[in-house]
Amino acid sequence: MARLPLHGIRVLDFTVVWAGPWASMLLGDLGAEVIRVESINRADQVSRGAPRPSPTILEQARGAYYVDRTPGERPWNRYGYFNFPGRSKCSITLDLTRPDGLEAVLRLAAVSDVLLDNNRTSTLARFGITYEAMRAVRPDIVYLAMPAFGTTGPYARYRGFGANTEAIVGHTWLRGYPDADPSMTYVIFHADAAAGVSAAFALIAALHYRRRTGVGQFIDMSQAENMVHHLTPAFMDYSMNRRSQESIGNRHVSIAPQGVYRCLGEDDWVAISVRSNAEWHSLCRAIGQPSLASDPRFGTTSNRIRNHDELDRILSAWAQDKDKYAVMETLQAAGVPSGPVIAYQDAHYDPHLHARGFFELVSEPEAGIHLHPGRGFRFSETPLHVRSPAPTLGQHNDYLYRDLMGYSDGDYQRLVDEQQIGEVYVGAAAQ
Amino acid sequence: MESLLSDVTVLDLTQAVAGPYCAKLLADYGAEVIKIERPGTGDVARRIGPFPNDVPHSEKSGVFLALNTNKKSVTVNLKTETGRRILRDLVPQVDILLESYRPGVMAKWGFGFDDVRRIKPDIVVTSISSFGQWGPYRDYEMTELIAYAMGVGMHCTGVPDREPLKLAGTATLFQAGNTAAVAAIGAYFGSQADGVGQHVDYSIMEGQASSVDRNGASLMAMAYAGEPTFRRAFGRRFSVLPFGAYPCADGYAHFTSAQQAWWPIFCSMIGMPELSEDPRYTGENFQNLDLAEEIDELFLPWILSHAKREIMELCNEIAGSPINTMEDLFADPHFRQREFFVEVDHPAAGPMEYPGPPFRPAATPWKKGRAPLLGEHNEEVLTGRLGFTRTDLVKLARMGVI
Repeated sequence: MARLPLHGIRVLDFTVVWAGPWASMLLGDLGAEVIRVESINRADQVSRGAPRPSPTILEQARGAYYVDRTPGERPWNRYGYFNFPGRSKCSITLDLTRPDGLEAVLRLAAVSDVLLDNNRTSTLARFGITYEAMRAVRPDIVYLAMPAFGTTGPYARYRGFGANTEAIVGHTWLRGYPDADPSMTYVIFHADAAAGVSAAFALIAALHYRRRTGVGQFIDMSQAENMVHHLTPAFMDYSMNRRSQESIGNRHVSIAPQGVYRCLGEDDWVAISVRSNAEWHSLCRAIGQPSLASDPRFGTTSNRIRNHDELDRILSAWAQDKDKYAVMETLQAAGVPSGPVIAYQDAHYDPHLHARGFFELVSEPEAGIHLHPGRGFRFSETPLHVRSPAPTLGQHNDYLYRDLMGYSDGDYQRLVDEQQIGEVYVGAAAQ
Repeated sequence: MESLLSDVTVLDLTQAVAGPYCAKLLADYGAEVIKIERPGTGDVARRIGPFPNDVPHSEKSGVFLALNTNKKSVTVNLKTETGRRILRDLVPQVDILLESYRPGVMAKWGFGFDDVRRIKPDIVVTSISSFGQWGPYRDYEMTELIAYAMGVGMHCTGVPDREPLKLAGTATLFQAGNTAAVAAIGAYFGSQADGVGQHVDYSIMEGQASSVDRNGASLMAMAYAGEPTFRRAFGRRFSVLPFGAYPCADGYAHFTSAQQAWWPIFCSMIGMPELSEDPRYTGENFQNLDLAEEIDELFLPWILSHAKREIMELCNEIAGSPINTMEDLFADPHFRQREFFVEVDHPAAGPMEYPGPPFRPAATPWKKGRAPLLGEHNEEVLTGRLGFTRTDLVKLARMGVI
């Protein structure tokens, strides 16, 4: 059997929070050796959690990301925020505030193909980690920096999470409840998901170019600019017509009805979309109200858009005493697009995800055996799977320092003694 | 100048949004993308708005124009034997085949993966479908709303007492297209090393369910602690610092603040540096959400007296940003200075601004280009690549093949 597509590619992974770790997870699943570089004295608190989570944190929603809500002795190894995108990677610890830290990075870069960074523009440069410095030790390295707004321009050094870039490019404005104040628009982080896949694509394409020409390069990605593409319809409307769109909630600009309706159950909902007159007629029959099909208020798409509130009332009344999966079966049997709003408690039991073996059983050193979500794509010739569980902090120090970089026993021991290499954050209790 | 994928040829049998975005990424970074469209009507996206002045026109759809830059359009009726013959002759000339037909259609036409592989052993076929090529939901209907609803994350998106809320527009399908592009280029990268082709089965539902932004990690919370994530869990602040949307002088602003180290920055920003060390809000109290209202009362007068553009300058250290409209975005100096909005001319739609490069490889530029007219490249591709004569093309057109 052929090897995994990215077999033999080594990625130096300086990513934090969501967008970057998601990109490197995709590379890891595709066969790259991903080395997650972790600070021994400063945790990436979004990913690894607070080294010593307070009782307040444990009571909050975030507490549920710890196995059994129990952080244990080394909470950073039992945290779902990290352990989902941490898979198929290994972990090295170092201390960038000391010269040994940069020395290790340079030795790693010399044997790596890719460096991936989604920190703020100035962060790594402060420690001497720049494209120029890496290219000096690895001339054909592909170096991708993906700060929120890119590495040039007035906002180059601005801080921003996915939700900030979405606010700036218009997504937050466009996606609220149309009848509510925007301050009711709850935070989402779609831009992180968007940037991660775009970065993974960029890196593989650049590796292809390097294989063909021997030339590596620097890639500048603005997560905000990448996100703009996801808003193409609204962008082009402004570009063409100078019309600044407003939110229409779950509705659609050119088909109707479309919405999410409450079903039987505590917090159960079903989504329904009708794309044509034919589907509208099918829906009317399927919900046992065939006379609606000849009702002039709903006869054409434009009339259905005009009378959408009334359609919402009809569909809400019909769905409210039905199971959300039963609604899907009824409407899909009639050829009408519909599906349950699948909640987390449903996902593991969803017949389709179950039949396709979407979830994979993964055994983690300090978190135990659980089902992890797979991925959106399957390969026929080189089946993909979670290649290894998320690493515990510094789990691969021994392999990376001694075997890969060739540190002597004495040098390795010195770094251990100086608390530059370890499996516990230095001063963890204080953080 | 060479681009990243200048040596790659792609046969694109997709339409609407997800597949074309995947193919656009390949085309804009240099691949030659041959887009097969149905004679007469073409890609369904040609009928999706926005249109200039809201007048529908198959060559002026904003969505189609933006999604099909740098592609070549060839009209082929795959429902005819001759059309399928043309497709069969093109297969040996391409590296990647993208398709978004309903599962089973390609096989029915004689283009199942095994058929295609027999013609071109190292080809990468990427099938993009709603639910994947097999499984109980395989033949179910999907829209962007359904994709988001069944992709698990929607249930905890929105306000607790109301209906879950989708992303704007068709963002979910753009995400699907980009993720499928990772799979397609990844499989291609492998096929180049080993000479082994690959069939990629991309499921929009599964791509969404395994993504970040609450899906993957919250599925872990379900597995780890047996607890579903609810709508109230998100959007709630993590500390006394502002989090979420706030009104400001000329609109709204968003904050993603939660770090203790940012508290003094916040206090100075609102002109109350004396609160920096105040034990009421620091230490263990920093995470006391009961104090949120108290802090907001201190914060609101400050934020209400500042405009969106000022907030961009003054609040970025604590991850505060304006909530912009499209109008604001088009006027933003940062995007202008980076020349992200690129003006592209088009023979039917005229010149207008398009979104620029999603990423910028320093040595190999992103290609600025336009979308093709329907069938614009029939002659170039069919005579250039397959050796048809002009007379053949006239005949094929008369037969309804192209």
